[in-house]
Amino acid sequence: MTSTVPRTGRPRLARFVKTRYDKARERQVLLGPETVVVLNPTGADILALCDGRHSVAEIVDELGRRYDRVVDDEVEAFLAKLVARRWVEIDHD
Amino acid sequence: MTDGPLGLLAELTHACPLACSYCSNPLELTKRSEELETDDWRRVLDQAADLGVLQGHFSGGEPLLRRDVVDLVAHASGLGMYTNLVTSAIGLSRTRAEALREAGLDHVQVSIQADEPVLSDRLAGISSFQKKIEAARLVKELDWPLTLNVVLHRQNIDRIEAILGWVEDLGADRVELANTQYYGWALRNRSALLPSREQLAHAEQVTREWRERLRGRTEVIYVIPDYYAEYPKPCMGGWGARQLVVGPEGNAFPCLAAHELPLPRASVREHELAWIWESSPLFSAFRGTDWMPDPCASCDRREVDLGGCRCQAFQLTGDMGRTDPVCVLSPDRHLVDEAVAAANAPDAPSSPGRSAREPVLVPVPELVPRPHRAD
Repeated sequence: MTSTVPRTGRPRLARFVKTRYDKARERQVLLGPETVVVLNPTGADILALCDGRHSVAEIVDELGRRYDRVVDDEVEAFLAKLVARRWVEIDHD
Repeated sequence: MTDGPLGLLAELTHACPLACSYCSNPLELTKRSEELETDDWRRVLDQAADLGVLQGHFSGGEPLLRRDVVDLVAHASGLGMYTNLVTSAIGLSRTRAEALREAGLDHVQVSIQADEPVLSDRLAGISSFQKKIEAARLVKELDWPLTLNVVLHRQNIDRIEAILGWVEDLGADRVELANTQYYGWALRNRSALLPSREQLAHAEQVTREWRERLRGRTEVIYVIPDYYAEYPKPCMGGWGARQLVVGPEGNAFPCLAAHELPLPRASVREHELAWIWESSPLFSAFRGTDWMPDPCASCDRREVDLGGCRCQAFQLTGDMGRTDPVCVLSPDRHLVDEAVAAANAPDAPSSPGRSAREPVLVPVPELVPRPHRAD
């Protein structure tokens, strides 16, 4: 399934989901029911901004400042995947 | 260097108020007097966290029969693990549930056996259906994610639509509809438990419809019965690859059923978990693909299904090193085909039928229950 993530929506982690740093793997990880996702640095940065305050557009801008090149679609595709699994929820104005 | 395990399944006890005929516990249940002490489990959790374990699953038997379950959940939670209680829900009182919430428990999995009390209680061997429904409601009330675990078999698979009705009513976040795996108790009861092809087709159709209906609300996981598959499952994501199990007596295993295999034991009473995971003969026995015989060794799928299940190979052929007999390429596939043929024969065991949430009048045939207790 593909879900669309509106650029004005403000994503946040679902309340059943946690992220933390895993010393053994030297990565941020996302933990949920029967779920472990070892995040790459970009994914970890995106999720850290999923705080219910930043909009998708603002997250794209922020990532653009941190990395040479961030394609909008990649951020949105990443978030859409997490929304489909119910790990991220989107607040709408 | 071996990657660390992602999850630890802590089977705290084999004691259980239920007596399900497909129980995954060993035929020889560990006595309560032989169980690990609280401090042993704390040490195991510490060592597991050091190894890289991120998920702590507390199971049994019935983990709530351990008086220290709240302490152990708190300990695992303090180590940063995502903690999960796998329970029959018998003994999940409000007081206990609130203490577990306080201890940091992240997720609760409640088993249900059927859609209505008569069949459910019959399958569980104890009056329990109503308590399970109440406990599931309590889990939601306390704002936990709720998973309902349903083991499917010939005696309840026709009720799948009504079971999914409960999933919706209770607002479960996940449901695991898992066809029985035939080890131990379930293998002993296989002829009464293995569904027919027609039953499976119905269940899969209903599951497809309900997956759409529940989309965005409930994650629906359906585990096929591998006897009806062409290729084996990549059991546990590979031997000693992702998960480890520690039993009530302290023996560690790469999977739930591996206690049945003729391999040297690896006990947390005698060894560090890191040695057990990385170096013990038990965990090294079938890691990777080097151990494989043909047809696996030369097969394109060897990295896909990893030779299937060692326990199934052992239980059906007596040789744990053979290709999983479920595989159509296995020279032993006839062993599976014979069981499937019997499940589809005119004289196959009866089943209760599809009528939803109505008492079952047909007797459940010849099931051997596991004992309630392991004293």
